[in-house]
Amino acid sequence: MKSAHKKAVIGKAAVYIILILIALIMIIPFLWMLSASIKSDREVFQMNPFVWIPENPKWSNYSDIWTKIPFGRFVGNTVYLTVVVTLLQLLTSSFAAYSFAKLHFRHKNGLFLAYIATIAMPWQVYMVPQFIMMRKMGLNDKLLAIICLQAFSAFGVFMMKQFYEGIPDDLCEAARIDGMSEYKIYAKIMLPLSKPALSTLTIFTFVATWNDYLGPLIYLKSQEKKTIQLGLKMFISQYSSDYGLIMAGSVLSLIPVLIVFLVLQKYFVEGVASTGLKG
Amino acid sequence: MAAPFYDRRRGYVLRVRFGGRGPGKAPDQRKADYGPRTADTGKENHHMPKMDEARKAERLDSLQGRLTKLIADVRTEADIRKKRKMIGEIGNLNRRIDKLKSGRVLSREAKRDLVAYSFIAPNFIGFCVFTLIPIVFAFGLAFLRWDGSNPIEWAGIGNFMKLGDDVFFKAALKNTIIYCVGTVPLTMIASLALAIVLNQKVKGRGIFRTFAFFPYVASLVAITAVWKMLFHPSKGPINNLLYNVFHVAQEDLPQWFSGGLVLVSMILFSVWKYMGYYMVIYLAGLQGISAELYEAASLDGAGTWNKFRYVTWPQLSSTTFFVVVMLTINCFKVYDIAVMLAGGGSGELTTSSTVLVYYIYQKAFVDWDLGYSSAVAMVLFVMVLLVTIIQFVGQARKEKA
Repeated sequence: MKSAHKKAVIGKAAVYIILILIALIMIIPFLWMLSASIKSDREVFQMNPFVWIPENPKWSNYSDIWTKIPFGRFVGNTVYLTVVVTLLQLLTSSFAAYSFAKLHFRHKNGLFLAYIATIAMPWQVYMVPQFIMMRKMGLNDKLLAIICLQAFSAFGVFMMKQFYEGIPDDLCEAARIDGMSEYKIYAKIMLPLSKPALSTLTIFTFVATWNDYLGPLIYLKSQEKKTIQLGLKMFISQYSSDYGLIMAGSVLSLIPVLIVFLVLQKYFVEGVASTGLKG
Repeated sequence: MAAPFYDRRRGYVLRVRFGGRGPGKAPDQRKADYGPRTADTGKENHHMPKMDEARKAERLDSLQGRLTKLIADVRTEADIRKKRKMIGEIGNLNRRIDKLKSGRVLSREAKRDLVAYSFIAPNFIGFCVFTLIPIVFAFGLAFLRWDGSNPIEWAGIGNFMKLGDDVFFKAALKNTIIYCVGTVPLTMIASLALAIVLNQKVKGRGIFRTFAFFPYVASLVAITAVWKMLFHPSKGPINNLLYNVFHVAQEDLPQWFSGGLVLVSMILFSVWKYMGYYMVIYLAGLQGISAELYEAASLDGAGTWNKFRYVTWPQLSSTTFFVVVMLTINCFKVYDIAVMLAGGGSGELTTSSTVLVYYIYQKAFVDWDLGYSSAVAMVLFVMVLLVTIIQFVGQARKEKA
């Protein structure tokens, strides 16, 4: 009995050691980033002795980045794009998904097949013709192009549909008998129930749009249209040895995504589980 | 048999189909059974010009006659395809009768369809214009020669023929596959191990889960900048550690971002960045395994390893399958990681680090050889398609078993 107890304690200890090790591997690059962002270029790589917080923190890195490049402009563009895309994505996907999951109509299977068939199609396969088309529409070098590109994904519809199918039909049926219109059922019954799925989709869309690099690289050419990712990359190419400044810009670019993630993450595992992302 | 084209509101269709009622019924009763719903015929639409009453009655009669005849015929029809067609026709007739009787412009079904379409339209229009149409174009473009402004020329399979002799393309394909082969199993194992550990009842597991997810949400530009510092060949702490602690000779210190090692760096980075995401999928899978299975295994005296071997692993097989397929497809699409880690200031890749998507981009937006670029994109498409087909076949086989 005693040895079994001992074994359990050792097991627990092993689990914690593994966990702490993994956590360190995951988190050290971020700590390094924070630390380097308040160092001078000379201090950044100083190893003997290595300090996390330098004696004279160079807070000016955080103010210089705004003047060295039009950082404010980049942030503004990215915030605008991300907010619009996320809202559009949530609204249109959940709207369409409600129809596919809970309504009966002609050509339903055919329409849904169009979504399914493209879900595994990498965007990279059709990005070139898409660009040619958008250029014809006069969307080249317009923020609107990125919105059109990101806001109507098959993935969002598919994910929300999976979730709605888990909600019993009786709920809608009862509301229909009470004389509720479909729009009302969607707004009053389905939307409040779909918080986990909406949170999950928000995280995915927000992260994807905020961090997108190739899309903006193709479409956004002029300086004042650039997003934070393009701006940061441009800065890294121009001032490749200004490590402190690069890190300060990186930290700033991470903050909004981390906030969104931390606020919504409690729904996340539940959302992934209930939307059938696990297959 | 599933009959997705008919819904329960059109109950009469289903009743005819499955022939629950015998043929020996009085004609009026039959009409009551199969006739259209008349519940809201009272709502007359006064905006409609009134049809001549006599003509209306006449048309109604003829429609009703056709309907009764069809319903009688459908019972005796043996050919299933013809039968299906007739059932559809019955639905149409019913709808027309309904419309005529009530005098409404839109039938109940049309109204229902319109509501459903109004839900779908906002997404579908955007999806159609910006996804479906470009996909169709992509297939066509691969057979053309075009620089985006001059007249388009037909190239036939010329673009594909050129691929065979293209050294840069072959390097891109090879690197993409190596990257895949390295990344997929490593990420799978790491994320599964992480999920199992974080599924235990340990203190603060919420915080650990959050940490594991940090790399996934972090932007590539920012986080690769950190990696390039950490793995800096001469000044970075990793090589510093190798030099000072493990006494690796100065000239033997690994050059992480050039030559053969660059793919290794990409794989390591990719595992680190994406394992948190696949961990969440595995966590969802683990939570779907019933505790009873583990209890039963404990009663049989199974240890930790045997529990994993005989309960966890087989129970997770569909999750693993999904993870592997997703991982493989995502690996094929790799672009930013290569450009950020190996690209240097200009972001240009050499044959040791180039990947398919980089070549698609380069051919299209630098060389403006759109047809050739699309041909490369087709190779990417075929690779993804193959993986998807494997997934479908695997899933179908599983459902059969």
